[in-house]
Amino acid sequence: MTWVLDNLGLILELAGVHLRQSVIAIVLGAVLSLPLGWVAWRYRLVRGPVILLTGLLYTIPSLALLVLMPAVLGYSAISETNLVVALTIYAVAILVRSVADGLDSVDPAVRQSATAMGYGGTRRFWTVDLPLAGPVILAGLRVAAVSTISLATVGILIGVANLGYLFENGLQRRIVAEVLAGVLAVVIIALLVDLLLMLLGRALMPWIRAGAATTSRRARLQIRAAA
Amino acid sequence: MIEFRSVTKQFPDGTVAVEDFSLVLPSHRTTVFVGSSGCGKTTLLRMVNRMVEPTSGDVEIDGESVLDKDPVELRRGIGYVMQNSGLMPHFTVVHNIATVLRLIGRSKREAHERARSLLEVVGLEPDLADRYPSQLSGGQQQRVGVARGLAADPNILLMDEPFGAVDPIVRSELQQELIRLQTELDKTVVFVTHDIDEAFLLGDQVVILDKAARIVQVGSPSEIIENPADDFVAAFIGVDRGRRALRIKETARGRVLVDSEGRTQGSLVEDGV
Amino acid sequence: MNLFADAIAWLLSPERLDGAYALPTLLGQHLLYTLIAVLISAAVAVPAGWLIGHTGRGREVAVAISGAARAVPSFGLMVLLVLLLGVLRIPEAAVLTFVLLAIPSLLAGAYTGVEAVDRRVVDAARAMGMTEWQIFRKVEMPLGLPLLVGGLRSATLQVIATVTIAAYVNLGGLGWPIIQGIPLRRFDQVLGGAILVALLALAVDLLLALAQRAAVPTGVRSHPAASRDARAATASA
Repeated sequence: MTWVLDNLGLILELAGVHLRQSVIAIVLGAVLSLPLGWVAWRYRLVRGPVILLTGLLYTIPSLALLVLMPAVLGYSAISETNLVVALTIYAVAILVRSVADGLDSVDPAVRQSATAMGYGGTRRFWTVDLPLAGPVILAGLRVAAVSTISLATVGILIGVANLGYLFENGLQRRIVAEVLAGVLAVVIIALLVDLLLMLLGRALMPWIRAGAATTSRRARLQIRAAA
Repeated sequence: MIEFRSVTKQFPDGTVAVEDFSLVLPSHRTTVFVGSSGCGKTTLLRMVNRMVEPTSGDVEIDGESVLDKDPVELRRGIGYVMQNSGLMPHFTVVHNIATVLRLIGRSKREAHERARSLLEVVGLEPDLADRYPSQLSGGQQQRVGVARGLAADPNILLMDEPFGAVDPIVRSELQQELIRLQTELDKTVVFVTHDIDEAFLLGDQVVILDKAARIVQVGSPSEIIENPADDFVAAFIGVDRGRRALRIKETARGRVLVDSEGRTQGSLVEDGV
Repeated sequence: MNLFADAIAWLLSPERLDGAYALPTLLGQHLLYTLIAVLISAAVAVPAGWLIGHTGRGREVAVAISGAARAVPSFGLMVLLVLLLGVLRIPEAAVLTFVLLAIPSLLAGAYTGVEAVDRRVVDAARAMGMTEWQIFRKVEMPLGLPLLVGGLRSATLQVIATVTIAAYVNLGGLGWPIIQGIPLRRFDQVLGGAILVALLALAVDLLLALAQRAAVPTGVRSHPAASRDARAATASA
């Protein structure tokens, strides 16, 4: 406990760095996944390869990916860029699937009635498809955000500091409090971001709480599966 | 004979599904519980095989309380057919029908032989035996459901809106099939439906129910149509709208029956002609 | 692509078969730790998950545990347990970490599998006179098996990834060439190790994907909706 109080400044500084690295990866992941997920949903032929490729990347253990990606793309392995790229790849792997599944979960009858009312393709996507796919996408985003924040700690293994530094330093100096503080800080940040996303979802999609009527059984299953 | 003795069912959330219900269901007859959704008719049915336990009161079969029996043993001795057939999706048709027989300890061979013979009884082709439920039409699935209910040759058959989810043409086929089966097998059938026409078609005894399974009228279809107990029944069975009020009209080719709107419903023939 | 040529050369060098850190030894360690951890984890989580799925009790707790567990950094947990159990008991601390990490996926696979079974089918089974054990054994378990294998798949890959990191606390395994090579800037060795780890993970994933497909009961296979729900439910478990 004394260690934590004595090093509060360090913990907060590392937490800030940690949050910055994670948020960049989460935002990049979300921005890339939306078009990718849409393409995967819209064009059946593309879907298989996209899901397969992101699935394969997701399967590769983080330490291996942190070494392989720089070797393929030619940047330094010991850099923050490397960590953020790897975290973004994992986020995309989770989110592409959520976006495609989310769009799948939209009741075709609702989609058809929107078209029948005279919605054009683009307008229908933003006002009907995307909002209704929202709950499933949000569930995926929450999973991706929490995983990213907890996974970011492996950065220290390639020399990129964040809250993972407390694990390395704590092990070398045999300070349990330091390691415990690092674990708790990561968990707290992850759960706070998760809570924030949940509240954001409620604010943006008030109909979710209004009743299950608009949420199909498949969508509910997918939300539950993602959670 | 099944007897309900002042049965009440209150669910944990406070809803009273059945309140002080008493009725005798004669053996070898079809009793139909009919009413709108939420009137407690399915709850009544499920109390016969203890899928639902009464809060108070008792249900007796041939004078013995079902509450004194082991629920699992009790259910094995009573056929049950439900709306969406409830077939095991990972069992073949013949395996589905044979399930209860296997549960009561018959050999696999004997159970499967009996299951195959039941396919014919319910009007299914023998080559469907090794298919899976997902490979059958809705009507075929319902027939398998009936065969499964009959497999252990129970005295009692409980049917919970068994034809509710199939299209009208198939439903009418299945209804005729059930009438044929019942004349051959002579079971005590308890049938639940919200369709009054189905109730009149199949029931020897029809029980019209209101909220909390309050009995509005009990009787044979003829008794009810000829003498509806009150305005609720009259409205429910449609006599007030003239649907069942037919007049005789003379035409050049003989007498026909017309409804209140003047649409011809059928021709009038004398008995024995 | 010179880097990859160096890595391949490193992998194929005869020296890789010698000594305490020979590649076959490291691979064996990696697989053994994974197997032990997943088996222990399954022995705990699968019966518990089945019980939760069948009775519907304790579901909220299980969901909360699975959700919170994702937030726990596996590397940090491992370091913490090593410090708490003492550096002389690194294997025990590491295995405990792997077991804890594998539990949420297996638990979720077991209970979502049972829960995803159509309630009407369970109702029909009960109405036919199946005992609770028969309902579980003949209906819920076989129909829930694909989701359980999906959970097993996620858990196993999670453990394989964490065993890789465990080289950091001197556990051995295929992470060792990577962890040991980074400070030395021996990138042929680092990349060689990474290639092996990636191949191992992909191979195990493929095997378990096939197992998951084989676990789908025959009558359910032709049901497009059912298999889609199953896939959706395991995707991000």
